[in-house]
Amino acid sequence: MTEYKELKLIASSSPHIRSDEDTRSIMLDVIIALLPALLMSVYRFGNWNFRALTVTAFSAGCCVLWEWLYRKLMKKSNMIGDLSAVVTGMLLALVCPVTVPYWMIAVGSFFSIVVVKQLYGGIGCNFLNPALAGRAVLVAAYAGPMTRWLAPEASYPVLGSADLVTAATPLAILKEGGADAFAALTQTYTAGDLFLGRIGGSLGETSALMLLLGGAYLLVRKVISWHIPAAYIGTVALVSLLAAPAGVDPWQYVTYQLFAGGLLLGAIFMATDYATSPVTKPGQLVFGAGCGLLTCFIRHFGSYPEGVCYSILIMNCTTWLLDKYIRPVIYGAPKKEKKEAAAK
Amino acid sequence: MAQAFFGGVHPNDRKAATRAKAIEPLPAPAEVVIPMSMHIGAPCKPLVAKGDQVKLGQRIGEPGGFVSAPIHASVSGTVTAVEPRPSSMGGTVLSVVIANDFQNTLSDEIRPVADPDSLTAEELTEIVKNAGIVGQGGATFPTHVKISSAMGKADYIIINAAECEPYITGDHRTMLERPEQVIKGAMLLAKCFGVDKVYLGIEANKQDAADVLNAQIAALNAPVVVEVLHTRYPQGAEKQLCQAVSGRQVPSGKLPADAGCCIFNLNTTCAIYRAVYEGMPVVSKIVTVSGSGVIEPKNLECPIGTPVANLFDACGGLREDTYKLIMGGPMMGLAQYTADVPVGKGTGCMLAFAGDEERYEPEPQCIRCGKCVGVCPIRLEPVFMYKYLAKGDWENFRDRLHGMDCIECGACTYICPARLPLTHAFRMGKQQVNNARMAAIALAEAEKAQEAKKEA
Repeated sequence: MTEYKELKLIASSSPHIRSDEDTRSIMLDVIIALLPALLMSVYRFGNWNFRALTVTAFSAGCCVLWEWLYRKLMKKSNMIGDLSAVVTGMLLALVCPVTVPYWMIAVGSFFSIVVVKQLYGGIGCNFLNPALAGRAVLVAAYAGPMTRWLAPEASYPVLGSADLVTAATPLAILKEGGADAFAALTQTYTAGDLFLGRIGGSLGETSALMLLLGGAYLLVRKVISWHIPAAYIGTVALVSLLAAPAGVDPWQYVTYQLFAGGLLLGAIFMATDYATSPVTKPGQLVFGAGCGLLTCFIRHFGSYPEGVCYSILIMNCTTWLLDKYIRPVIYGAPKKEKKEAAAK
Repeated sequence: MAQAFFGGVHPNDRKAATRAKAIEPLPAPAEVVIPMSMHIGAPCKPLVAKGDQVKLGQRIGEPGGFVSAPIHASVSGTVTAVEPRPSSMGGTVLSVVIANDFQNTLSDEIRPVADPDSLTAEELTEIVKNAGIVGQGGATFPTHVKISSAMGKADYIIINAAECEPYITGDHRTMLERPEQVIKGAMLLAKCFGVDKVYLGIEANKQDAADVLNAQIAALNAPVVVEVLHTRYPQGAEKQLCQAVSGRQVPSGKLPADAGCCIFNLNTTCAIYRAVYEGMPVVSKIVTVSGSGVIEPKNLECPIGTPVANLFDACGGLREDTYKLIMGGPMMGLAQYTADVPVGKGTGCMLAFAGDEERYEPEPQCIRCGKCVGVCPIRLEPVFMYKYLAKGDWENFRDRLHGMDCIECGACTYICPARLPLTHAFRMGKQQVNNARMAAIALAEAEKAQEAKKEA
C-alpha cells in the first residue's frame, strides 16, 4: 500500500486546474493565423522569389534578438519563449512594402521592441501597438522607401535592389476622388483582385481572403472575440456607404474601402492586440467604432491615402480612458448604482 | 426554461472516471478521528472523555453557540483520545478519536419520527438542529440557522444538484440510486417553508439523473420542479444558481434570503430525509475519490472521521508521483499536506493529482487579454483587482473594484493564459480589508474606553 508519509505534497491555493491555453499558445495561434496572408504575398510579390518571406523572417529574428538583448543587459528574465516578439516582428514586416531595405526593418524592430514594449515594462505593459508604432516611425523617417509599392507580380530580388516596377495602391487612386477615379480603379483592379491580393500594397495586407481566413481561425480558437473587428469594419462600411461620392455604386465603393487597404489586417490582427485594447466587451465595441471613424476621417480628409495605422495608434491612447469609464455592472449591484451606470 | 448566469468557464469535467461507479460502503475503518469543528461557527465542546464507550449516532459534541451544530459518533467503540489532530483547514483542531468495535451498536437516541407528514416547521428545524446537519456541499453553514433565518423571507426554495466542479459524481450517483431520499427531503422543505414548489437545479450533463428524479416526482406526486441548467462552472455557486433558477440576483453583500431565495445542497436534503425518516444524524458521507493519482477511482460512503488515507487505500492506493491531495473539487478544494486528515461533514470529494500536471508560472506577466473579465460570474474585473493588490492598494480593491464581492470560484485563475495567481491574491486582499476593518473597530473601542476613563 501507499506510503503516505513519503509523498512530496504541494499545498497551494485553489483552483488546482488551469486551462491548456497559455501566452505561448496564443502567440503561436496568431503566427499560424498570419501564415495564409504571408504565403499569398510570397506568391504575389515576384512569383515565389521569397523576398516577402525573408523580410518577414528577418523582422521576426530582429525582434527576438532585441528583446533577448535588452532583457539580458537589464538583467531581467528571458521572456523570448512566449513568442510575442515573433508576432511583433511578423506584423511589422507585414505592414511594410516588400521592397523595404533590411536595415530599415532592424531600426523599426528596435523601436517596436525596445522603446515601445520593453521600456514600458515588457509584454502587456505597452500602451501602443509595437508593430504599428515601429511602422509609424519608419514612415516618418523614411517616407520614400516606405511608400513605394511594388506592382503585383513584379519581381524584386531577395538581396540587393533592382529597378522598381511600382504601382499606385487602390486607396491612392481612391484618394484622387470623384467618380472618374473610381471608374478607373474598378478597371484596374477587380473585386477578385482585392480578394486574392493582386494589388499593390504592404507585404501582408493585400489578400482580403487570406486575412479573413486567419481571422476566422483566431475566432474559432477564441484568441480574439468578434467585438473589435466587427465594430471596426462595420463602422468603416457604414461611413463609406453614407459618404460614397455621387455617381458611384455605393456598395461597390464600400467593397473597395473595406478590402483595398490595410483595414482587414488592422482590424483583425492589430486593433485586437490585448495590451492596447480595452478589456471589457462594451469597451471593445467603442474602441473598434473609434478606429473605424478615425480611419474614414483620415482616408477622406487627411493627407494620407490610408488611415488604419494612425487610427489604431490614436485609439490605443484612449484605452485607459475606455477601461476607466466603460465598466461592467456587477452581479447584485444596488438598484441606485445600476441606474447611475445606465445613465452613464 | 432555465436562464444563464454571467460568465463562467468550461473545464474538462472528468466525471467519466466515476460516473458509472455505484456508491460502495467503505470497509469500516479501525479508527475514526472526529473533529469538533466541521461547520462554520463556534466549535463544539466534547461530551466524552478518553476511555468512554460510545454508540453509533450518540451525541459526542455539544454546540458551542447559536451558529453551531452538534456532532455524533460515526461508529461504536471506545474513545481513545480527545486531543488536537491535523485539520483539513490547516493546523490542528480538537478531535475525538474512537477505536471501532465493528459492532455498529445503535444509540438509543436514534428514533425515526412517527408521523413525518404532520411535522411543523419548528419541529423540523429542531430535528435538523439535533441531527447536526450543515451545508454539506462544502460551505458547512449550520442548516437550522439557514432555515430559521430564511423563514418568512424566502418564497423560492432551490435544491442545489448542479455539481459543477469537475471529477465529483457523488450527488449524481445519489440521485440515480436514492431518488426517494432526494424528493422526500425536498417535500419536507416545501412543507417547512409553506411553498407550492421546490426547484431542483441540475446541470445538463446529468440528464439521466433528471429523468430518474422526474419519474420519482410523478410517482410521489411531489411539488418539485427539476430545472436542467447549462453545464458551466460555477453553476452550483449559491448566487449563480439563484440567478439561473429564479432569475433574481442576490444583492451585493447580502444573503440569498434577501432575494427571497433559500438554497440547500442535494446532500443536505438527503441528510434531512435521513434525520426525519430514519432518525439518523449526520454520521456518514458519500465521497468521490478520483484524480490522476488514484489507481481505481470510486464513489465511497464512509463514516465521518475516516482518515482520507483509508479512502485512497480502498481505491487501490496512490501513484508514487502523486504531488497533490485535494479535499473538495479542483476549482475550490483545499490542498492537504497530509493524508491523516479526516472526512468531515463538508467533504464530498478527495482528489489526488499525479505526474506533471501542475501549471505553475514562476514569473507570471499579465498580457491584459481580458479573459478574466469575461468569465467572472460576478462581473468583476480581476485584471485590475490584481494590479491594485500588487501595489498594496486594498482600498481601491474594495471600493472601486468591489473586491469583497468576489466568491473565489477560481474561474479567472483557471482561464488566465499568463497563469497569474488571481484568486489567491483576492483571498489575501479580502483578508487585508477584513484586518483593516477589525483594526478600525478595535481603535474605536479603545478610544471610547479612554474617554470613559477620562470622564471617570
